[in-house]
Amino acid sequence: MQRIRALASSAVVVSLLAAATACGGGSSDEGSNESPKTLTYWASNQGPNVEADKKILQPELDKFEKQTGIKVKLEVVPWSDLLTRILTATTSGEGPDVLNIGNTWSSSLQATGALVPWDQKNFDKIGGKDRFVESALGSTGAQGKDPAAVPLYSMAYALYYNKAMFKEAGITEPPKTWDELTADGAKISKGGKWGLGAEGSNLSNNIHQVFVLAKQHGGDFFTADGKADFTNDAAVAAVKQYVDMMATNKIIAPGNAEYAKNQSLSDFSKGKTAMVLWQAAATTFKSQGMQDDEWGVAPVPVQSGAPGAGKATNSMVAGINLAVFKNTKSIDGSMKFVKFMTSDAEQKLLCKTYGSIPPVKAAQSDPAFDRPELKVLRETLATSATALPQVSDESQFETSVGTAVKNLFAQAANGKKLSTADVKAELTKAQQQMASQ
Amino acid sequence: MTTIVNSPKGDPAVREDTPGATRKPRRPGRIRRLGLPYLLLLPALLLEILVHLLPIAIGFFMAFKELTQFYLRDWGAAPWAGLGNFDVAVDFNAPVGKALLHSFWITCVFTLMSVGLCWLLGTAAAVFMQETFTGRGFLRTLFLVPYALPVYAAVITWAFMFQRDNGLVNHVLHDQLGLTGGHPFWLIGDNSFFALLTVSVWKGWPFAFLIVMAGLQNIPKELYEAAAMDGAGIWQQIRRITIPSLRPVNQVLVLVLFLWTFNDFNTPFVLFGRAAPEAADLISVHIYQSSFATWNFGTGAAMSVLLLLFLLLVTGIYLVLTSRGRKVSRG
Repeated sequence: MQRIRALASSAVVVSLLAAATACGGGSSDEGSNESPKTLTYWASNQGPNVEADKKILQPELDKFEKQTGIKVKLEVVPWSDLLTRILTATTSGEGPDVLNIGNTWSSSLQATGALVPWDQKNFDKIGGKDRFVESALGSTGAQGKDPAAVPLYSMAYALYYNKAMFKEAGITEPPKTWDELTADGAKISKGGKWGLGAEGSNLSNNIHQVFVLAKQHGGDFFTADGKADFTNDAAVAAVKQYVDMMATNKIIAPGNAEYAKNQSLSDFSKGKTAMVLWQAAATTFKSQGMQDDEWGVAPVPVQSGAPGAGKATNSMVAGINLAVFKNTKSIDGSMKFVKFMTSDAEQKLLCKTYGSIPPVKAAQSDPAFDRPELKVLRETLATSATALPQVSDESQFETSVGTAVKNLFAQAANGKKLSTADVKAELTKAQQQMASQ
Repeated sequence: MTTIVNSPKGDPAVREDTPGATRKPRRPGRIRRLGLPYLLLLPALLLEILVHLLPIAIGFFMAFKELTQFYLRDWGAAPWAGLGNFDVAVDFNAPVGKALLHSFWITCVFTLMSVGLCWLLGTAAAVFMQETFTGRGFLRTLFLVPYALPVYAAVITWAFMFQRDNGLVNHVLHDQLGLTGGHPFWLIGDNSFFALLTVSVWKGWPFAFLIVMAGLQNIPKELYEAAAMDGAGIWQQIRRITIPSLRPVNQVLVLVLFLWTFNDFNTPFVLFGRAAPEAADLISVHIYQSSFATWNFGTGAAMSVLLLLFLLLVTGIYLVLTSRGRKVSRG
């Protein structure tokens, strides 16, 4: 114990000293080149687990070292820690050189000024802005500003369904509208089996789902000029519709209210749940022992009566961006690394492994991305996905409204029937947290 | 942000002044001998300043700043907020203050229950373990396991056990013992308070056990023998000898347990994640959420400062009261 405490103390001192020295000279606008031969890279956890990511990425980093002589130290950061880690690094000035960010955080992190802006000059270093798909560029920062990051992996939401369970319930094709989905779900939800899976305690996932529903109700969670607006009718209707799938329609198992670590995907793989709304889930299904022909994939449903599935928003623009930390000690090396990771060859290889879609146009033409699953995701991304609001409060919105949805799921799971007023009250609380700034 | 609140753990026993010694005539050898201890203390003093005082100072500084995402990278340049952050934190009619007050009360009740149970269990086990019997060493080791385990691993395991559908807790409570009507939730809703309390007591009582056990070693056996000769029973021996003799030990033990529990961040954070259920919204996680999740770092720092002041006040009152009590009982 004594030794642990001593170690902990010295760690704090070191980090404090580091913070103190970093504060002194933190005003340079771009990183320096003090240590051009090493880089630190924070990768987000993309695969089934952190170890799998290390195995996937390390050979690529070795390849990069062989090409350029620059050694890359890899750290895979779990999603739940990533944002806090980035914020801490921003405050102390001691962070990695290159890092992954969730693309929905682009504007929030852009506002901190911790990331190297991607102006024309920087984009030229990695082959130009035109190499990237438009929708992916749409979530790299606020409009009218130089992007804070470049797209690395693109993803979209789709409806994954268990073919055998559908057949058993006499369902011939995947649902196109929410009414169809709840009807199908009701047919399946009996005897310990459930229609739809959810991650009620995963704040970001909650946000992705209710954002799409709000768009389908013709609204958003922010006003046109970027002010938080969580209690408008469309937002309330969207949140109510989502939690009602547990509270009223009873097609989501109450236990899902406490899920936050992809347990709904294991339930799906085990045949306990027939459908999940997810992004690029193929790798996870495989790692949990599910064969590729056991599940099917369809676009996320839209509201009844909406003209043509595929026209209305049915996904957020999901994905991972690659950013360079302003405090980097190797700006040239970082740029080289970004160029490497977004090169056609690496894009094909990594996206194939992760089951995501390359945001680099040239890489998309690879036949590997014509698989039925990826075709759905790609078409969604190209035609019917909408980026989350690119405002500086986006990250706070994820936490506050995500928590509101979590609380509502908790009430639904305990058997409470939720009224519109209940939903509005939770969202009002979330809104007030934002207003306090 | 959370480092700031950790400060009052400083040991009151570390005092450098030795007034009696300095009055003696100064001779070079003595001075050298006296100087050496101070020299040796210097690194500790330096670390103390760096580890405790500096973060507190930074925390105070931040509490008066308007610290949002726009100033995060260069927070020295953030505009001054005056007492604005404190106003927001203690405005109990507005949502932020109301939530803070709620969290504060939850934490108070939680701390009282947790410390009480830890102390009770630890003392009972330590007294019980005074008797020599076969398997005592094994039991002692077993009791200390929760204390030796890494907090993160232990709490993750508890989180698994508390899962509603696949967790061990519901399996035992409902499937095997039939105590609960169905499978209740432990990690969301009102039950989360008891889940948190269980983990906290499980984690905390071995420390109480260890300290009380050490304290018991110092009570002379003769006292008990004499008492037994005078016809005192076990209960009377505990009441008249054990408890009064443990007084100084308990004074420190309860204080340390109180501070650790009140400030505990790891347990609720690992158990519930970024957004704790309202029933188990302990103040450390609440402050973390106020700073890191909604990016109101200034308000978060102000809350930390308030928490620090509260803990200093409680500790001060506690030390004055318990020390006076001891003097009276001695006199």
